[in-house]
Amino acid sequence: MIGMKPPCAREIAAGLLAVVALAACSGPTRRAAAPAAPPVASASAQGNAAAIAKARADSARYPYTAADVHFMSAMIGHHAQALVMARWAPTHGASPSVRTLAERIINAQQDEIATAQRWLRDRRQPVPEASAQAMAMTVDSSASSGHAHAGHAMQMPGMLTEAQLTQLDQARGPDFDRLFLTFMIQHHRGAVTMVNELFATDGAAQDESVFKFASDVNVDQTTEIQRMQQMLAALVFEKRAP
Amino acid sequence: MASTHQARRSRVPSTARSLMSLSLAAGLVSVAACSRAASAPGGAPSPAGSMSATPPSPDPRVGLRAGLMEAGEATWNLRVLSKTPPTGQFFGSTNSDLAFTGQYAIQGNYNGYQVWDISNPRRPTLRTAYFCPASQSDVSVYKNLLIVSGEGLTGRLDCGGQGVREAVSKDRLRGLRIFDISDIARPRNVGNVQTCRGSHTHTVLVDPKDSANVYVYISGSSTVRSAGELPGCVSAAPERDPNSALFRIEVIKVPLAHPEQAAIVSSPRIFAGLVAPAKHGPTREDSIASVQIAAVARAQGAFTAMAEGEEMVLSSRTVDPMLDSIVAARGGRGAPTAADSAALRAALPRIVAEWFGDSVPGQTGPRPGPTQCHDITVYPAIGLAGGACEGYGLLLDISDPAHPTRIGEVADSNFSYWHSATFNNDGTKILFTDEWGGGTQPKCRATDKPEWGADAIFTLADRKMQFQSYYKLPAPQTPQENCVAHNGSLVPIPGRDVMVQAWYQGGISVFDWTDAAHPKEIAFFDRGPVDATRLASGGSWSVYWYNGVMVSSEISRGLDLFELTPSAFVSQNEIDAAKTVHFDYLNTQGQPKLVWPPSFSLARAYVDQLERSNGLSADRISAVRSALASAERASGAPRGDALTQLATELDGDASGAGDGAKVRLLAGAVRELAATSR
Repeated sequence: MIGMKPPCAREIAAGLLAVVALAACSGPTRRAAAPAAPPVASASAQGNAAAIAKARADSARYPYTAADVHFMSAMIGHHAQALVMARWAPTHGASPSVRTLAERIINAQQDEIATAQRWLRDRRQPVPEASAQAMAMTVDSSASSGHAHAGHAMQMPGMLTEAQLTQLDQARGPDFDRLFLTFMIQHHRGAVTMVNELFATDGAAQDESVFKFASDVNVDQTTEIQRMQQMLAALVFEKRAP
Repeated sequence: MASTHQARRSRVPSTARSLMSLSLAAGLVSVAACSRAASAPGGAPSPAGSMSATPPSPDPRVGLRAGLMEAGEATWNLRVLSKTPPTGQFFGSTNSDLAFTGQYAIQGNYNGYQVWDISNPRRPTLRTAYFCPASQSDVSVYKNLLIVSGEGLTGRLDCGGQGVREAVSKDRLRGLRIFDISDIARPRNVGNVQTCRGSHTHTVLVDPKDSANVYVYISGSSTVRSAGELPGCVSAAPERDPNSALFRIEVIKVPLAHPEQAAIVSSPRIFAGLVAPAKHGPTREDSIASVQIAAVARAQGAFTAMAEGEEMVLSSRTVDPMLDSIVAARGGRGAPTAADSAALRAALPRIVAEWFGDSVPGQTGPRPGPTQCHDITVYPAIGLAGGACEGYGLLLDISDPAHPTRIGEVADSNFSYWHSATFNNDGTKILFTDEWGGGTQPKCRATDKPEWGADAIFTLADRKMQFQSYYKLPAPQTPQENCVAHNGSLVPIPGRDVMVQAWYQGGISVFDWTDAAHPKEIAFFDRGPVDATRLASGGSWSVYWYNGVMVSSEISRGLDLFELTPSAFVSQNEIDAAKTVHFDYLNTQGQPKLVWPPSFSLARAYVDQLERSNGLSADRISAVRSALASAERASGAPRGDALTQLATELDGDASGAGDGAKVRLLAGAVRELAATSR
């Protein structure tokens, strides 16, 4: 299994002892290797504390699985398509609220792409690009098509088909708004599905940063689905009596 | 020993409330409350403790040297009392939230918690380190109980550190752990409560009418557990399954004498009927009216579709192009025929369902509001709670702690997703924080909008909330620093609304929101990034005022303690008055009513404020100060008499003064001081 670490003595001890309660010494607190006195600390001392923290974080890190790697990789591609869609809002006559929403999606998902890439790089996993060009290659919706597009053999829930992307790109004004909302709802639901699949997999999302990332994607995109549904309702239904 | 969640078979309240208002809350306009890095003319940054009324410029938080323990620091109008790294297994693991009891600060950590003795704030010492991994380990205390939240998948009932590999496992703890800390050196795990989504955070609420129990509101924002792991948890939307865990908060009752019997007592649906951020709650009359409108419209040939169980009329702008498509599809031209209309009517349920992303026609339309609250702050002294619930800020009535009910809601047209709430002491304002990026992302870059990842300040009158302004950390942070609004608390400066708040690697910011429309920073502390080359998590998770000091839980660096220093914005008297406020214990999300005991510092603080605001003439200010000084030199009855006389004079001053209300506050403080002198 990718990322499995042989249990170290400390982990075994922690496992054996159900509860570890340490009574503190009344003397000076045991400190990390940070020099106490001169503010002009040596570079090696600084590096030492940081290295210790990093090594500690590494060894305390829960093992990650293939499902985690798959999820983080897939999210990059998934997010990249959302960016393509959202970037059309200003040029396709979207309403102010759709434009604001699109900006927020762009900002959020760009940063999340960077997080996922960093996570993969830290673990020496292949890091997918998130270029618009790569994401112009969508998953073909026809069931019989089994060929992989360049760089992506993954079928991802909620992704727009080529036809849907074209349809969105050709729309303007309220039509763009309605299609953007409908397609982004679909897209977000796909992300939520991916999170649910991850959490249903044995061993997955033990890694704290994967758990946090997946939980945040779940929460943010679920919230946005609700908001988009409200916006869509405002768009297509008559105003009700006050 | 574990108490398991008991399945509830509660019915969905069949609310007839209207579910959709088609006007979004357009009343919230984005206001850039603060400019970045104030670029006033003039060179060097002001030294700490400066009496300048302008913030240092250039802002010394920009360009700080990176490092874990030796990063550069910038300080304004406060001083660092101590910085204490985490110990042992807590170093290299995320430090989270804080709770306080007596002389102890309890600091949560993803590996458990550390108990610090902060009786000497310049030298905190470790009292207890308790290894028991679970994220996020948010902590609360009440009497001899310590309550810890667990949400991540690796939390184990036995506190082991090896995680839980199986997706479904009886070893897993997601919910609350309860410890008896009668002997704080040896906490005992006396009970656990498993919940469907785990516990991201929790809020302890004491019911003054129920001394045998304490209540805990659980906010769980993570994935719902399978029924195989915890019976009774369901993931479907509530209209499909009334037992759904998705749309409720859980209220847990903890018997103080038998905490092992702690269990869920109710799961209030405070989210029911919440769809659009309406300015007022939809009424039953609205719903009845809408049924009639739909019926009339349909009789006139309009097209309708079911949404959330109600019939909605589609706008002609939506319908006309659809009819045109049907005409075109059959090769026709001109006006649609009756057959075309019939075809559209037949297809509409499926079409509308697709738009909204539902696969089941008739079940379409907006989901009822937020799925969960991130955090709930209760303010029992005024019987209200503020719930920060993704798209909404909710106002809850908690007069019956086991059954909180929603009485108001606000949402932000800027798409802020709110994280936590804080009331001002008078209960006339409420502040919601938008934890955009979840705390792991850099959202304080110069390119990030000031209304995103910020605080939204509302006035609160007659239980109605009205937006006033945003507040965001004014100094831009680097892309290597996770930064956004996070946890904080009120600084008990009397007569003003001042808050100290954590901004992750943005550091801590102290701001005055007395003028709700114009919040203003008055002190700060910041470090450089943990790592200049990549985003490494760090920064202040929470900072709270506790018995005279501000205590910050730094994710990577440990425990920081600060105190305010006198400045153009805060006088020594105001600081002294703030330090007279004493807590026996503190859970910030159980907001205590701040009460200032009578003191000369309190009176002098008000005088300083009157001087600062020109609320009283300079002559009178001077005379009042002399009177206070001479009263202080006296004692017993003479002191009481002098103070009483001063109070009477101040009563007379009030009507003509620039700030009559504050003069009356001062008079009251002087009168109380007189009463204690005799």
